[in-house]
Amino acid sequence: MAAEATMDTIQFTPYTALIGGALIGLSATLLFYFNGQLAGVSGIASGLIDRDVDKVIWRLLFLIGLVVGALVYQAFMPEAANIAVTDSIPILVAGGLLVGFSTRMANGCTSGHGICGISLISLPSFVATACFLSSAIITVWIVRHGWGS
Amino acid sequence: MPKYIVSLSAGIIFGLGLAVSQMINPQKVLAFLDISGRWDPSLLFVMVGGIAVFGSAYQLLGCRVQPIFSKDFSMPRSKKIQTRLIVGSAAFGVGWALVGFCPGPAISSLALGLTESLVFVASMFSGFILYNILPHSEPNQHTLTQ
Repeated sequence: MAAEATMDTIQFTPYTALIGGALIGLSATLLFYFNGQLAGVSGIASGLIDRDVDKVIWRLLFLIGLVVGALVYQAFMPEAANIAVTDSIPILVAGGLLVGFSTRMANGCTSGHGICGISLISLPSFVATACFLSSAIITVWIVRHGWGS
Repeated sequence: MPKYIVSLSAGIIFGLGLAVSQMINPQKVLAFLDISGRWDPSLLFVMVGGIAVFGSAYQLLGCRVQPIFSKDFSMPRSKKIQTRLIVGSAAFGVGWALVGFCPGPAISSLALGLTESLVFVASMFSGFILYNILPHSEPNQHTLTQ
């Protein structure tokens, strides 16, 4: 995997992580107390297909915002564009399909369950977060250390 | 109209948060998930930061107030732990770990103009559609929840 080659550049960044997380929390707070909506990205993205035009517009604007936010940051911090994504098309397709399908099945993803649901002290979201964190940790372990690497 | 401005602004702030925290970088995500290697716990702080802000706001205001531009809050209906929640979340973790992208960061990363992001996001949307067209035994509540 491409990520392996650049492992040395990994470092502990608690402050930017905390600031970034607080921005996500602020976004969720605004969306909730102004528009009455939860900032769950998988729900918003999959809800783009809807007969209600009003819902399609607010969801689309939120998703456009996600891209704009990253663009703004990149404009000030050009080195932020250096990210490592696997270049294996089968893995990208399998990962994308699995993430899309299963976040609909679970009714939420890292943002919807992991941040919003836990903030609302929703039991299903605690269970969901425990499930996806453990299966993700096990998967990374198998891929990186499990078979002959 | 004001509602749409909030949506766009909230999206921009969320996207900024993903970029600042490096959630947008799969390499950073995988270093967080790889607890047996040189574990990088940074992304735990993303969750902590997000929950600290939104969780505090919710503790303070709850659902006792009315949203400014909406009649009511759109909340998940189910409080039960269903099989599809457990199976779906576990499967989501596998997909997340394969690439290092979850839905938000994948969409945000389109800003970087990588073909890889485009392939992942297109596949993710195909996954959404696939789930919606398959028959379900349990009612699908996708438009009302989150």
